[in-house]
Amino acid sequence: MSDSTAIAHGAPEAAHDEHPAYLRHHFNSVEQQADTANFAMWLFLLTEVMFFGGLFTAYLIYRNWYYPAFVAGSHQLNIFWGSLNTLLLITSSFTMAMGVWCAETRRKSGLVLCLVLTFILGLGFLGIKTIEYSEKIEKHHVPGFHFSVQSFVNPASDKEATAAGDKPLPLDIARRTEVYFSLYFAMTGMHALHMIIGIAILGFMIFRARAGDYTTGHVTFVENFGLYWHFVDIIWIFLFPLLYLISRHQ
Amino acid sequence: MSEQQAHAAQEHHIVSPRVYVVIFLALLLGTTLTVVASYIEMGIFNPIIAIAIACAKAILVVLFFMHVKYSTKLTKLTVGAGIFTFITLISMTLADYISRAWGRW
Repeated sequence: MSDSTAIAHGAPEAAHDEHPAYLRHHFNSVEQQADTANFAMWLFLLTEVMFFGGLFTAYLIYRNWYYPAFVAGSHQLNIFWGSLNTLLLITSSFTMAMGVWCAETRRKSGLVLCLVLTFILGLGFLGIKTIEYSEKIEKHHVPGFHFSVQSFVNPASDKEATAAGDKPLPLDIARRTEVYFSLYFAMTGMHALHMIIGIAILGFMIFRARAGDYTTGHVTFVENFGLYWHFVDIIWIFLFPLLYLISRHQ
Repeated sequence: MSEQQAHAAQEHHIVSPRVYVVIFLALLLGTTLTVVASYIEMGIFNPIIAIAIACAKAILVVLFFMHVKYSTKLTKLTVGAGIFTFITLISMTLADYISRAWGRW
């Protein structure tokens, strides 16, 4: 069997002639192996789409139900931080895409640089998210026992609410802002969790890339991680307008 | 380069950095547009435009950054089937919520 000879010799030359060392024996060819990995990654991403889709649908329905509360809640978010985070995330997607290109064209130092940049941009995103979250904690906008409707029943006492020109909400409607913030924290929190996992994997990849692991022609891992990272970017592309932007005027 | 490698290189389409740069600029433009649009009073069209721009950006990311434009038919079908299922599920859920329990929330 050709497969076993490649293993028996183990020499790079033999592997070169027979098949690359990274081709698993249950695949016919490198393309088939790559296509299979790609297909599986997309199936995983579809489960992720359904997972986030449930949160988006919940947001859509509750926004229609508790519209004035959602508008007032959304006015508490800072468009500057949101836009900056969008910029960071889109740039990190670009550096990741360039990383995939570097791996494909076997540029080791380029790949390491791209992965490090993606890593830093991802951390920057989380840093800004921390600033935003701490503001919510200070103002008691985190759902739970300490949640305060102060900013919504008495907008004059709140800088953001005053800036947005909010009218005072009756208490029963103001209480619904807690639903807005529950969804805000659930959605951005889940997104941030995906970022944290991604950043952890990036850290691992940077070490392996420095050892030259992804620039041998076997780019599946980098490519599939790229798919994951771009998916996380897409989630943010939808979260940003839905949470920050669309209620500016009401 | 062996025959097999040449074949593999032919199969595996490498997207050029130029495409990535163009898409990156398009995404930046989309982000700017969506922020600017949110400051303009358009009533019901504010959310519609915001979501339309988000969809356009997502499509660019999927097609180019995620290489779906250059992928196999299997991948294209998988992505398409996923989006179709997602839209079906959302529409059915919304149809349900829209058609009952009015004013009981």
